[in-house]
Amino acid sequence: MSGDSAAPAPGRSGARPGRPVGRKKSGSRWGRFLESGLLLQGGVQGSPVIRLFMRWVRRPLLPVMRLWRRNIQLKVVVTTLLMSLGVVLLLGFVVIGQVRNGLLDAKVKASQSQATGGFAVAKQRADEASSGTGGDVATADGRPAQNVSEWMSDLASSLSSGGQGAFDVVTLPASDEGGAGGRGQRASGEVDWSRSVPADLRERIGSSTMAAQSYARITYNNPTKDSQPGLVIGKQVNDPNGDPYQLYYLFPLTQEEKSLSLVKGTLATAGLFVVVLLGAIAWLVVRQVVTPVRMAAGIAERLSAGRLQERMKVTGEDDIARLGEAFNKMAQNLQLKISQLEDLSRMQRRFVSDVSHELRTPLTTVRMAADVIHEAREDFDPVTARSAELLADQLDRFESLLADLLEISRFDAGAAALEAEPIDLREVVRRVVSGAEPLAERKGTQIRILGDQQPVVAEADARRVERVLRNLVVNAVEHGEGRDVVVKLAAAGGAVAVAVRDYGVGLKPGEATRVFSRFWRADPARARTTGGTGLGLSIALEDARLHGGWLQAWGEPGGGSQFRLTLPRTADEPLRGSPIPLEPKDSRRNRGLDDAGLPCGGGDGEKRATVPAQSASGPVPSGSARDPIPPRAASAAPTADPTALPGNGARVVPRPASRRQDDPQATPERPVRDGGAGGPAGNGVVGGPASTVGNGAVSGPAGTAGDREPSGPGGASRDRDVSGPRDADRDGGSAGSGRENEAESADRHGEASRGR
Amino acid sequence: MMSFMKGRVLVVDDDTALAEMLGIVLRGEGFEPSFVADGDKALAAFRESKPDLVLLDLMLPGRDGIEVCRLIRAESGVPIVMLTAKSDTVDVVVGLESGADDYIVKPFKPKELVARIRARLRRSEEPAPEQLAIGDLVIDVAGHSVKRDGQSIALTPLEFDLLVALARKPWQVFTREVLLEQVWGYRHAADTRLVNVHVQRLRSKVEKDPEKPEIVVTVRGVGYKAGPS
Repeated sequence: MSGDSAAPAPGRSGARPGRPVGRKKSGSRWGRFLESGLLLQGGVQGSPVIRLFMRWVRRPLLPVMRLWRRNIQLKVVVTTLLMSLGVVLLLGFVVIGQVRNGLLDAKVKASQSQATGGFAVAKQRADEASSGTGGDVATADGRPAQNVSEWMSDLASSLSSGGQGAFDVVTLPASDEGGAGGRGQRASGEVDWSRSVPADLRERIGSSTMAAQSYARITYNNPTKDSQPGLVIGKQVNDPNGDPYQLYYLFPLTQEEKSLSLVKGTLATAGLFVVVLLGAIAWLVVRQVVTPVRMAAGIAERLSAGRLQERMKVTGEDDIARLGEAFNKMAQNLQLKISQLEDLSRMQRRFVSDVSHELRTPLTTVRMAADVIHEAREDFDPVTARSAELLADQLDRFESLLADLLEISRFDAGAAALEAEPIDLREVVRRVVSGAEPLAERKGTQIRILGDQQPVVAEADARRVERVLRNLVVNAVEHGEGRDVVVKLAAAGGAVAVAVRDYGVGLKPGEATRVFSRFWRADPARARTTGGTGLGLSIALEDARLHGGWLQAWGEPGGGSQFRLTLPRTADEPLRGSPIPLEPKDSRRNRGLDDAGLPCGGGDGEKRATVPAQSASGPVPSGSARDPIPPRAASAAPTADPTALPGNGARVVPRPASRRQDDPQATPERPVRDGGAGGPAGNGVVGGPASTVGNGAVSGPAGTAGDREPSGPGGASRDRDVSGPRDADRDGGSAGSGRENEAESADRHGEASRGR
Repeated sequence: MMSFMKGRVLVVDDDTALAEMLGIVLRGEGFEPSFVADGDKALAAFRESKPDLVLLDLMLPGRDGIEVCRLIRAESGVPIVMLTAKSDTVDVVVGLESGADDYIVKPFKPKELVARIRARLRRSEEPAPEQLAIGDLVIDVAGHSVKRDGQSIALTPLEFDLLVALARKPWQVFTREVLLEQVWGYRHAADTRLVNVHVQRLRSKVEKDPEKPEIVVTVRGVGYKAGPS
């Protein structure tokens, strides 16, 4: 055995006996993996390159993710697989650890006893040799050294067992001495001692006289022999000369490793089977539950698509069967209710149709008779003649009311059908405007059309659109107080819009939504004198909805109002916006509130009301809508100044006192009402050509200060006020913005009066 | 139907009050009304009185108005004006398709009714000798006949008027509104379904293949015009 200085043995120091060598390694690997994962995460947030990479990775995963989200069976099976895999792995580690511990413990004990015996033998031999050749050793340096060298070789070969899988013996000089003399290295069984004996073990042995052990990998000088794991037990003993040397026992653990790997293999196979079987079982079990659920989902879909006779198949009495029974019961009840509702709807439609016929036939007779009488009224005495006139007038009103009622009930019954075809809205607008000209002339209003340079084409029902626009234009003229009415057309972005702007008294806060309510009247007391049916705007709203369009109103007290009809360009296209803003550019707020003197941003609450024309919820019921209306307030001071009014060309007609008195509270220090921001805006007198003036009187019932009075029943005017009720609210430019508003209102009214 | 002294009008209506009122109004305007209240007897009354125009209520006991209209149309081209309480699409279109020339929705004003009746009767008062050609058809306006290769085609007066209106100005495209005014005598825009239905009826009589019309051509988005001769 020749060799030089001890080289440090590589390999991991297995300071913990019984712990598997690979365990620590795997642990550190996990740590590194985790670390790298964290690094990756940090990188994702930081680097765009990594983000790009992540996106690239994620893209093919998207379908899988979708499947994962949608498929409960997959979810359960995969979860089961993962969890059972975890359990099996945990179990495997525990079992393998136990087996390894058992195997190693036995081996270590056997090795230790073997080594202890060996050390004893070595000591004994050394003692024998020293007693036998004591003098030689002490005197001559060369021979005894030779003797010791031989003795050691003998020792090594005699201590090592010959058989396969037994153990090898290595002797090394004590660490502090070099490779001097004959006490060199000896190794049995071609063991590469320098790599097989760990360095720290040598140090430990060198520093004490106790035996020590360590796990190490035993390598051989013979290249055909593979290295193998082993247990190294060493001790420092004295040679016959009394010099210390290190004696190592190297026990290979090949057998134990083989047993362990066998156990590992068995466990892995068993674990794999268990996992796969569990997955399959989960799949089967989930299928049992999921199949009926899927069936229920499919049938529910078909039910909702209108196939009401669909039912689930029910077998057995388990929970799924109960679900099926409940489902079927639900479906049956649904079917029953739906068919009941369908019957009701059919009956309703039938009823409407029948009422239509039954009412109209006698009405036709009455109508004709009345006309015949009306034609002949010159021959009658004045009372009878006037009666004939009234009869004819009110028959007109009755007729239009009946027609509107039937139209509304047709909408309610869902019987209204849209006959959409491409039409140019400019033509419709021109027809409507020319139809409204006579009325506008009488009111002194000019109707202007803007935005008609280019065709404004949309798929729409010309009859309905014309009805809507006629309604809006007539309303605007009626309530425009003789000022201009502007009809604006625009088309953009898959939508067309017509806005009708007037500069009349406008709308009070909150009224912009209520004007569409059926029979809604801001002031019940005065609306009855107008010819409108109270359904005009409701029908218009329904017409707009039928088109998939919007009908919205905007108004500010004293600043006029704007009604905007927005229709989709093609019938089945949903609306996303309107080409015309609901609040006109020349609204007081948009003009910077110059004439109102309001601070910017103030008085928001007074305007901007949007009707969700497209929402399914119907208009606000008239009753509830009416209640919150504050008592109508007429400003006493500026507008009602009687001296300011005469001479403006308006006819002064005495009005019934009960209807047009100003609010008695309308004193200069006006009380705050309606929780509004300030006092009510004045609205005193806003006479149309046929309306009355002079409401300077400051006494009368509160809340009935109607002002603008259309020609009473006595007048022969038979203009159709399509939405009479609407006008009721328009003349009350009330609260919202406080005194400025009021002042402005007064100003405007004065202006209006002078204008005439 | 060639007698146009005053205008005999057959009123088919089961509502006696309305029928009487119609009688008063029609007599006041110089027409000669006769009445029948039952759908089953309407055809017999029509044959007996040989009216110049029929006012037909759509809802009748016995045979309904649609059926009566079809029967009368089967044997005569006399103008038929429907009285209907329902302006709903289906009823009106069914009525027009069964052969009515025009309809008027209850409740109507007497003047409106009279104007419609006069418009329907007016055409027979102005026969002018005139020969027109449209496609391969020859129209004798005065003789009120339409011939293809010598074979005469039977048209109702209204269909004849419609064809003549188109044939007189073959270069012009007629909008439905213009046709309503010229043929039906409406001053204001009315129901353009009238035009659509009657053009279909006319085509079914004069076109070789009504699916591919050559005489009355549709101009998409505008209206109709006469086909090239």
